[in-house]
Amino acid sequence: MQRINSAAELDARREDIRAGKDADRPAIAVCSGAGCAGLSNGRVIAAFEKELESQGLAGKVDLRATGCHGLCELGPNVVIYPEEIYYVHVKPEDVAEIVKETVQGKKVVDRLVYSDPASGEKAVHLSEIPFYKYQSRNLIGNNTRINPSSIDDYIGIGGYAALAKALFGMKPEQVLDEVKKANLRGRGGGGFPAGLKWETTRNAPEKEKYVIVNGHEGEPGAFMDRAVFTGNPHLVLEGLIIGAYAIGAHQGFIYTRHDSKLLKQNIDRALKQARENGLLGENILGSGFDFDVEVHFDVGIFVSGESSALMRSIEGKNPEPRPKYIRTSVSGIWDKPSNLNNVETWANVPQIIEKGAEWYTGIGTESSKGTKMISLSGNIVNSGVVEVPFGTTLRQIIFDIGGGIPGGKKLKALHFGGAMGGSIPESLIDTPLDFDALKKVGAPMGAGALMVMDEDTDMVEMARFFLTFLTNESCGKCVPCREGIQQLLKILTDICKGEGKKGDIETMEEIADVMSAASLCSLGKTATDPLRGTLKYFREEYETNIH
Amino acid sequence: MAKYEGKPGALIHVLMEIQSENHWLPKEILNAISDRLNVPLSRVMQVASFYKTFSLTPKGRHRIHVCSGTSCHLRGADELLNSVQELVGVKAGEVDADARFSLETGCCLGSCTLGPEMIVDGEHHGRLSSDRVEEVLKNYA
Ligand SMILES: Cc1cc2nc3c(=O)[nH]c(=O)nc-3n(C[C@H](O)[C@H](O)[C@H](O)COP(=O)(O)O)c2cc1C
Ligand code: SF4
Ligand code: FES
Ligand code: FES
Repeated sequence: MQRINSAAELDARREDIRAGKDADRPAIAVCSGAGCAGLSNGRVIAAFEKELESQGLAGKVDLRATGCHGLCELGPNVVIYPEEIYYVHVKPEDVAEIVKETVQGKKVVDRLVYSDPASGEKAVHLSEIPFYKYQSRNLIGNNTRINPSSIDDYIGIGGYAALAKALFGMKPEQVLDEVKKANLRGRGGGGFPAGLKWETTRNAPEKEKYVIVNGHEGEPGAFMDRAVFTGNPHLVLEGLIIGAYAIGAHQGFIYTRHDSKLLKQNIDRALKQARENGLLGENILGSGFDFDVEVHFDVGIFVSGESSALMRSIEGKNPEPRPKYIRTSVSGIWDKPSNLNNVETWANVPQIIEKGAEWYTGIGTESSKGTKMISLSGNIVNSGVVEVPFGTTLRQIIFDIGGGIPGGKKLKALHFGGAMGGSIPESLIDTPLDFDALKKVGAPMGAGALMVMDEDTDMVEMARFFLTFLTNESCGKCVPCREGIQQLLKILTDICKGEGKKGDIETMEEIADVMSAASLCSLGKTATDPLRGTLKYFREEYETNIH
Repeated sequence: MAKYEGKPGALIHVLMEIQSENHWLPKEILNAISDRLNVPLSRVMQVASFYKTFSLTPKGRHRIHVCSGTSCHLRGADELLNSVQELVGVKAGEVDADARFSLETGCCLGSCTLGPEMIVDGEHHGRLSSDRVEEVLKNYA
């Protein structure tokens, strides 16, 4: 592989890649995301390899193991290009027929096609399936089109063009300005404007600065970050390099999950390829800008995704949060200014630079711009990774895209924000996806894990469930969090058993107030949010168990 | 360990590599790490006991993991766990008498669309109904 030494060389490389690709050449994209991998997709891929060989097509058809397509519920999923025919629930036994009928014969295998569970209506192409039809897949849409292990695939679809534009056409201040104008808000939970955070780090007095990708994704029910990071690692990396340039950082860190082999492997390979191609390391693209990245792994505790805890962990220490008055943007890893953003936040950066803030702010609502990836799960027909513009209503997500509630059950509640989030009743289903609107009704988006609960869900039990999770995942350093959760669990356990006492609700409210006021980090401060939310919207479920 | 010699910052890396090979961290190994990386044993212990990924006790030949994350919970993880516990004869966190299985619950591996799920030696068994557990476990001697 040849180092790319200028913007012109990058363009030439892209031309070469495109010229070498025949648009009509058949390609088979087998999903290899976390969901499909758990459904024996490996055997499907092996069967394709064997079948292409035996039908004499090896070398004439591209076979790619891709990142998550989105519709995980129906996996393993396979897309056949150039027609973009979509097959669901593919088994190794189906493979010979697919190669013979569809790849060779250009005919559709009817029984593998998506069929609407309600109407029985079929949809042959990806873009016709209701799950995909109502989405805007700006970030994840390329997952089926590229092989995550090939940097050429990424460059071929326009990858690293934004980086070249930033390095050669814009001053760091202009890049920063564009991100500020785009009003890119952090996707990891808080929704803090990325541009302002970048600026704080950029302006911090220390000369040495760091940029970090938070790919911990510890929130239960959240799986969209790894879908984009595994499926298109260069997208996140490109965003990070652009950010480093804007901020003036020469060293970056990726903090990611240790328990996903594929993720680890794809990130490592992407970094190596980027280095070999002159997109990472010294003198990137011949621009004079130096930047490199180191990978660190989480070791399995939720609190290590919190910004200051994460930075301690990168230093090789226990991930214990520290008080918020020292901002990590000014004093983070080894007390140097460190700008931390979520995977999805970084993944948004290349399109903002390439297409401009004006284009970007044309998507979304007044205060929330662009698209948002949602991991949709729980009691829902089509669980999976969804990407929609802000402003899409929860009803559209649950019914048009998600296909509604399985088993003919009724929708009871929607829960956003994981164990520190909130549940809202079915009556609020027309709330738009928007940082502020959702916060106002009590279901702050968090990282974007949307949990769907049907009529059988016991909301008191859910509050207890979330607190049980948090008691295992808190670092246990400060008393209000450690002791408060324990006390709440005791009371909630009694209420769940139908043995609640008069005054229990008031006691819980009091403990919750103390925890919010006195805990050191957001885990303890917001641990009681699911409790508060259920008390607000589903109070009678508590009361019926109190005697 | 040689490549990390004298590098205290590599503590977590080293522990992870050993854990993933050996599945648990015996005391002698922790001592050796302390020496070679030049990190006080107290800190090695602090890190090794803090992180849930690290185990200071031996595991069974096959490691069962039943997801207790939110989505799996909503899709019936409790029921699944009960049947697994009954079949294996131990509670979560324990190892059975002939060390065939160790059973753990753990939160969300991001394959929520497979819920409820049981993972044995890293292999996923998704959308698992309680009556199919026995059939799956038979394959692990
Ligand atoms: C207990 C706790 C866990 C968190 N876990 C994550 C996580 O897994 N991934 C993430 O991106 N942010 C997580 N956050 C939020 C981060 O602290 C931080 O705000 C975020 O990564 C900043 O990125 P953003 O501005 O791009 O959203 C967590 C916060 C808390 C309090
Ligand atoms: S609030 Fe909880 S998690 Fe946060 S520092 Fe205190 S004990 Fe640790
Ligand atoms: S993992 Fe295959 S579609 Fe999501
Ligand atoms: S809740 Fe079980 S894998 Fe996510």
